[in-house]
Amino acid sequence: MMLFADALFGLPNWIDAIIRVVLVILSMTLVVIYLTYGERKVVARFQQRLGPTETGPAGLIQGIADALKLVTKEDIRPKNADRWVFEFAPYATFIPVLMMLMALPFAEDWGVRDLALGMFYVFAILGLNIVGILMAGLGSGNKYALLGGIRAAAQMVSYEIPLVISLLCVAMITGAEKDMNGTGTLNLNAITAFQETRPYIVLQPLAFLIFFTAMLSELHRAPFDIPVAESEIVGGCFVEYSGIRWSMFQLTEYASMWGWSVFGSVVFLGGWAWPFGVDAHWSIQLGTTLVKSFLFIMLIFWVRTTVPRLRIDQLMSFCWKVLLPMSLVQMLMNGFILVYDWPQELLALTSALGAAALVAIIIRRAMRRPSRDLVGTYKTLGAPAQ
Amino acid sequence: MTVWPEERLATVDSFNTVDMTINVGPQHPATHGVFRMVLTVDGELVVDCEPYIGYLHRGLEKLTENHDYRQSMGWWDRTDYLAGMACEFAYCMAVEKLGNIQVPERAEYIRVMMAELSRLLSHFMFFGAFGADVGSFGTSFVYAWRERERIYDFFEVVAGDRMFPTYFRPGGLQMDLPEGYEPLVRQLLGSLEQGLEDFDGLLTGNEIFVERCRNLSPMSKERAINLGMSGPMIRATGLAHDIRKAEPYSIYPNLKFNIPVGKNGDVFDRFMVRMAEAYQSIQIVKQCLDLMPGGLVLNPDLPKTLRIEEGECYVRTEGTKGEYGVYGMARGGNKPYRMKLRSPSFCNLSALKEMVVGHYVADAIIILGSLDIVLGEVDK
Repeated sequence: MMLFADALFGLPNWIDAIIRVVLVILSMTLVVIYLTYGERKVVARFQQRLGPTETGPAGLIQGIADALKLVTKEDIRPKNADRWVFEFAPYATFIPVLMMLMALPFAEDWGVRDLALGMFYVFAILGLNIVGILMAGLGSGNKYALLGGIRAAAQMVSYEIPLVISLLCVAMITGAEKDMNGTGTLNLNAITAFQETRPYIVLQPLAFLIFFTAMLSELHRAPFDIPVAESEIVGGCFVEYSGIRWSMFQLTEYASMWGWSVFGSVVFLGGWAWPFGVDAHWSIQLGTTLVKSFLFIMLIFWVRTTVPRLRIDQLMSFCWKVLLPMSLVQMLMNGFILVYDWPQELLALTSALGAAALVAIIIRRAMRRPSRDLVGTYKTLGAPAQ
Repeated sequence: MTVWPEERLATVDSFNTVDMTINVGPQHPATHGVFRMVLTVDGELVVDCEPYIGYLHRGLEKLTENHDYRQSMGWWDRTDYLAGMACEFAYCMAVEKLGNIQVPERAEYIRVMMAELSRLLSHFMFFGAFGADVGSFGTSFVYAWRERERIYDFFEVVAGDRMFPTYFRPGGLQMDLPEGYEPLVRQLLGSLEQGLEDFDGLLTGNEIFVERCRNLSPMSKERAINLGMSGPMIRATGLAHDIRKAEPYSIYPNLKFNIPVGKNGDVFDRFMVRMAEAYQSIQIVKQCLDLMPGGLVLNPDLPKTLRIEEGECYVRTEGTKGEYGVYGMARGGNKPYRMKLRSPSFCNLSALKEMVVGHYVADAIIILGSLDIVLGEVDK
């Protein structure tokens, strides 16, 4: 296995790095533009609409038209905004996402840099995302933005914990497996290569569920879109932004959605290695990663169109009372199984039981709906008269 | 145990938090029109709420005083603009009671049918907008819009207009139903029933929705009566008060239907009562179709200009939001001396402060949504 061993075309290392960064940024922009288009189309279908159809064939250049419109719009700064905080907030949110994309392996040799502590790097960098959002919330001089910023801070700080623990569960397994150097690793490429025969979602369904839930929360996607709740605080921390700065936030949102999806598919779904193997052609590997990440994104859209929004205290209690204990249980089970060298099937079994328990907890909390009988009684005329 | 130094304690004492006021509306996606409320919040908790209304005041009552009885029709279906026909119904009943005007039976059946379709219209808009308040990203709204379009299409076939048909007249209706209306209505009812099932699956079947709405701002029967609430709001508390049963008007005594009531008067019950009511409305429309007599739809003895001698009356109808009452007063001539609207949304809205205080901002939005106000009716 050759991991990023050769620079492109034998160029000097730094030129090679620049070329790779530019490639990733360009592809990110393209993906973001078509994600916005894709989201509008997919959501429209869920809602029995058509979505964009006018600009270009099937509305295909709608995203580009929107981007152009946003760039040419006036950049407004409220009078009572904190100038520098307000103006730098979009960059402070965007840079961590960009830095995360630098570490992701899109195929065996397709990424900017292959880091030995790749997984650690990714979630450490993503923790910085909150700084920009808080800056936007505090610097806008707007009460809705302030509420949004504070909500975002509370939410992201809480959900980091189950998220990191669910990733730790995976790290425990990779620690038990041996890579080519005979040691466990946090290297994302090596983690992917371990999953050549079976992706980690098979071994760790519970950790995957926790990861996905916490990821939705980190991305402010429904049902955790509390910091940007349209019907409550009118867009939260982004309410005062317009033009290019607002589009920076939008870019960040979709880029991080893509980045998280690639990261999730690398860690849990076998990235480029499963099911075509580590020796497949690079185009197949790249295609596998992209398809998996878009499946992830599709799932996010699906959840978004279907479920309402949680309240902030329900969100917190769900995190601290359900997700955190479940992730700790998963870690404990992994510890026992790995330390005593029990078979890996046991990992899959216990984790699947845990996942079933998690789903059962969520459903049980709302299953007591006595009033639902009300409608059942009144659907026909045979109901007792009041 | 930590011993706090003196100066540290002083900073703790001086760390006073200040309540913040947030202005919600008149341009806010969750206020359903041009309603404004100023929330005083302590963090996320609402400690005070002050509603401001009047942004949509169009002087309905004064305009009615200055127009011929029939000319005012157009103002009245713009009060509850989500259910125009139900408002026309109440106004026409008031004029008929003032002038002792008889209405043909066929017209009464068509009126009830149209009023119940309007109720369905209004309730569908409630489901959609309420879902959006709870945060279902427009899906519920678009579902509601689909059914609403179907009802509006039928209104267009019947009366030539969608939102403000001005179809009723004192003494009957503007014109008869078009030929072959019955299969149209039956098809419409089928699709509406399917639409209700969709909402049942999308919202009532959703864990988060139930979790958000259950036990939120429960209200007792007594308190609801004291606040002058009516309609689904009071029925959610468990009081079976429906003017169609309590003080029957038009041909409602001939029809069989039930009054759904809730238990706790919480937001979830308000939603469910409306949902059950929508099913009942479908049943009422079906019975109207079955029982529809023939004959004229407009009293043929009416003069060209309606002149009403002295008199006064109060007409109560079960509007889509509650008791939609019209107080009329005539002193001769072709114009009413006074026409007063008792609007249910306005009375229900007066309970807002009591319901909202002590809840989170996100819940305040939901509670406002559960009131199902229409600003055209509040501001008149």
